[in-house]
Amino acid sequence: MSLYFLCAVLFAIGVYCILTKRNLIKIIIGVGIMEYSLNLLFILVAYRMNSRSPIIDEEWLSGALPPITDPLPQALVITSIVIGLATKALLICLAMRLYEKYGTFDITEIRRLKG
Amino acid sequence: MPELSVLMLILFVIAAAIVAIEIKDLLSSVVAFGAIGMGIAVIFLLLKAPDLAITQLVVELLCLVILIRATLGQKPLEKRSPLFLPLLLSAGAFLIVFLVSAALALKELPEFGQPLMRVSQTYIDWSLSMVRTPNVVTAIILDFRAYDTLGEATVLFTAVIGVLAVMRKVGRKKTKSDSSRDGRQN
Repeated sequence: MSLYFLCAVLFAIGVYCILTKRNLIKIIIGVGIMEYSLNLLFILVAYRMNSRSPIIDEEWLSGALPPITDPLPQALVITSIVIGLATKALLICLAMRLYEKYGTFDITEIRRLKG
Repeated sequence: MPELSVLMLILFVIAAAIVAIEIKDLLSSVVAFGAIGMGIAVIFLLLKAPDLAITQLVVELLCLVILIRATLGQKPLEKRSPLFLPLLLSAGAFLIVFLVSAALALKELPEFGQPLMRVSQTYIDWSLSMVRTPNVVTAIILDFRAYDTLGEATVLFTAVIGVLAVMRKVGRKKTKSDSSRDGRQN
């Protein structure tokens, strides 16, 4: 079983959580799991066997040291992690506000009390 | 042999994810979510991405603090939805289709351990001579792709404004005409 497929399994667990759970906090956790699995897939694709971190100097340029991993997906994933924190903070604040208004995290109850 | 340890850590992360979504107690669920994030951080470290590991660690801790604040004193929901069985069946059918198509699509990616590196070769060649920084990841996010980082900062500040707007306790103060209009409607 390849490592990429395990990432897809992790993504599927997040989708299952979002589709079937009724608790808002559980749904937020499902969104987080999906985001982590995508970040992980990028880094798995970027890895190079027997390499070092993408930090280079004059000695590396002369060719004496092993090659470095792919730095581009790492730069993209750093952006993605920070944006993920921002979106998760916004989601949790919305959930806390809904709890103040309705007194529950249950999405079916919240729908029933609408209007 | 990083492949074997990465495999074990991904299995640990999947187990923690199943615990996080199936356990009844909300605080335990949040702690299991923290275990997922920490496992991912260790995988980043093993896959030679130290910048990412540090960022992931900090972000995970912050996220955990906010989540625990939100779940303090919450009781789990007892009853299941009456529509649970059809929901489970449709979700299962969708996930089977998703996993089969993912297994077919992921074969087209390059093999584990042999990245393409067609675009990033340019960045590697130029980062030391043009940007003068030894860390190629920093050179990419702060110089070659600085507009990406600008967009990231925009998203971050938009989220902060959203959080402030949502969590604000008092709205606009009611004037006399507003309250008299409300009284007439009631």
